[in-house]
Amino acid sequence: MRLRTLVRRWRTHPAAIAPVESPPGIREAAARHRGSLQLRHVDAGSCNGCELEIASIFSPVYDAERFGIRLEASPRHADALLVTGPVTRNMAGPLRKTFDALAEPRVVVALGDCARNCGAFAGAYGVEGAVGDVVPVDLEIPGCPPAPEAIVAALRNLAGS
Amino acid sequence: MTSTWSVAADAAISVLQMAGVVLGGPLLVGLMRTVRCRLEGRVGPPVRQPLLDLRKLARRQRTRPEHASWIFGLAPLLLVATTLVVAAVAPLLATGPALGWSADLFAVVYLLLLGSVALALGGLDTGTAFGGMGASRALTIGAVAEPALLVSILALSVPAHSSNLPAIISGSLAHPLWLATPERLLALAAFVIVIVAECGRLPVDNPGTHLELTMIHEAMVLEYSGSDLALIKLGESMRLGVLVALFAVLFVPWGIATSPGPEHLAVSLVSLVAKVAVLGVGLAAFEVGVAKLRLFRVPELMAGAFVLAVLAVLSALVLA
Repeated sequence: MRLRTLVRRWRTHPAAIAPVESPPGIREAAARHRGSLQLRHVDAGSCNGCELEIASIFSPVYDAERFGIRLEASPRHADALLVTGPVTRNMAGPLRKTFDALAEPRVVVALGDCARNCGAFAGAYGVEGAVGDVVPVDLEIPGCPPAPEAIVAALRNLAGS
Repeated sequence: MTSTWSVAADAAISVLQMAGVVLGGPLLVGLMRTVRCRLEGRVGPPVRQPLLDLRKLARRQRTRPEHASWIFGLAPLLLVATTLVVAAVAPLLATGPALGWSADLFAVVYLLLLGSVALALGGLDTGTAFGGMGASRALTIGAVAEPALLVSILALSVPAHSSNLPAIISGSLAHPLWLATPERLLALAAFVIVIVAECGRLPVDNPGTHLELTMIHEAMVLEYSGSDLALIKLGESMRLGVLVALFAVLFVPWGIATSPGPEHLAVSLVSLVAKVAVLGVGLAAFEVGVAKLRLFRVPELMAGAFVLAVLAVLSALVLA
């Protein structure tokens, strides 16, 4: 019976997420968020590998929502921007606009190697640059794509939970 | 309503009710979210998560759209204020809160409607496509949900010969047989559907959606941020709390304090919290098992609720 999951038999791995070191700016932001972090995700030109991992952190196995982390439908509701992929020429404008739509104080998270330094797409004709070339980046999550554990650990630091 | 209630005790009950709804509404939303997560096989956020969200949002900068008028800023305040008034006068903890005579079913229903209309106007005021779309959808559903709510409570008022909520509750406490009549059961079904629709829950609206085109309620508030958004989230969870608590006291009134005294109030508070929690868990468990209705099917559901409510009134009049 499904009702049994009310008390146990969750599929979440309790030990899947280990805490990691975070830069001082992130610790300040975490003190602001205190266990509640809303993210606006922008795909700036990703291959969708990172999107699969983002989807999986909200799955029963990693369940990022238990740390108060949620994706939002509007940048107005978000505390942080979660950007994936190298910034393509078409997405540079929308990314800037989304960044401007966030209320202060805001944080930008570059997720994956492409967002950090264009990764495999460095030098491609349609690529404007890494996320840091378009908007100021506060937190980077390396990996191609980053493991869900790494994403949850980094976001958990940012959420302060 | 009775002379045994002193003014000070009445006022204290009203204040307690308001505080209870302000704190209890977000906790009810958190409870429902946790139950939902557990049934999905996840651990889920703590029950107090909505309060954490509110605390953070209240301290964030708020943005106002460039072309929005004063209505945009007024809408969240109106939503919270009207719900607070309902929380103060409605007989949630005792049959005699301050100004209990004003807790008329028409007043309560239309105070809640005023909040929805304010929110719809706030959505329209942003001038964005999604704001207007959400407002028109919310009012389409609200236009059918409000009469269903009104008429379902009207059915309860027929045997009590009064549209005053404390009188209805005192009446059903004095005559327990009223609680099992056909009109009660019909009105109960209509009331549940209205709670689901008014609070934007599944299957009418999906509060967790990210797809703007399927949004009803979220689409109206896409432009709100910071403290404005905190007020809206607070107002919505308070509305859910008030509606569920009203449901509890109207259909399962036992435990409500009928005479003054801290011991009666304590019993009443515990029983109300228990009833609301059970209803919240039930609603959340129901939500996990259903899919969102297609938008054009929602008016059919609401019309069904309205028909149930009308049948409830008819049977109350015929059987009376």
